[in-house]
Amino acid sequence: MTSQIISQAAEDQLDPLMVAERWMLDGRDVAVATVIETWGSAPRPVGSHLVIDAEGNFSGSVSGGCVEGAVISEAAEVIACGEPKMLEFGVADETAWRVGLSCGGKIQVYVERVG
Amino acid sequence: MDPHLLRKLNAARRDRQAAIMLTDLADGRNRLMMKGDPIAGELGEAVEKAFRTGKAGVVEAEGQRFFLNVHVPSPRMVIIGAVHISQALAPMAAMAGFDVRVIDPRTAFATPERFENVDLVADWPEDALKDRPIDPFTALVAVTHDPKIDDWPLISALKAGAFYVGALGSRKTHARRVERLSDAGLGEAEIGRIDAPIGLDIGAQSPEEIAVAILGQVIAALRKPSPHTLAQAEKV
Repeated sequence: MTSQIISQAAEDQLDPLMVAERWMLDGRDVAVATVIETWGSAPRPVGSHLVIDAEGNFSGSVSGGCVEGAVISEAAEVIACGEPKMLEFGVADETAWRVGLSCGGKIQVYVERVG
Repeated sequence: MDPHLLRKLNAARRDRQAAIMLTDLADGRNRLMMKGDPIAGELGEAVEKAFRTGKAGVVEAEGQRFFLNVHVPSPRMVIIGAVHISQALAPMAAMAGFDVRVIDPRTAFATPERFENVDLVADWPEDALKDRPIDPFTALVAVTHDPKIDDWPLISALKAGAFYVGALGSRKTHARRVERLSDAGLGEAEIGRIDAPIGLDIGAQSPEEIAVAILGQVIAALRKPSPHTLAQAEKV
């Protein structure tokens, strides 16, 4: 029983939407980034989340590390102005090369503020 | 994202309820939908399909673009009987992504030595399932051959709308089981949901082969739900 409670808590810690809720209750400003569409070989499936706070802390992933940096910096702006943003990363995109999505895939990421 | 809906969604996920968070990609507004909520038109069809397939994605409906993020609980498997088949089935099912629990009140069978790294409970199913009752995202596999042990979890799984209910036993054994379950007040359609004899017909002989046949049947029930099982799930 005890081990189950612990594993549930550990699972919550790894789950981005649970993290987002906890941060929100702590009074932090939070943005949620979600993989909306993928083409070719994308490292994370549609529906995957990355959550980011105003200080740049983050949890989860939308690409297994390729574009997280860019998403986190865009999230800061989304948190500041409140307008959601659609981001696209792919091999044809300059930014994607710079941030390292060289695996041949293309992904669309939706970033929105919580609240 | 609406903070209130985020909390509601997380609460539903903790409760193992299927839910869809819908986002209008034009204005960013959200809507949270639970399985069975009535939604009309093209969007309703898309939502129904998303619940069925468990797949997230962008849909076009009523001239607008929506993103549907589907949150379906992870599938569980409850195996009644710590027998030879279960020793093979438990690790195979875990490998395929199921959260597995093996239950058997017979302490000679339910020993940690026989079930290393498996969630094993040496107790009656009535007690062993108190902390995690059978739900629609659970497969119930009853393989003890003993009605005293198998019948209660079978009835409980049918009533809960478990996505798969299978029981070991010959046709003769099953005929007697059908009689007992009818006496217990279950209807013909409900009892008809039990897969018995258990497992896909692949000519399985060894316990390991039977485990493969069972796992194949469970996966088919999860990924290719028949209209029959869907109708059952809707009722819950």
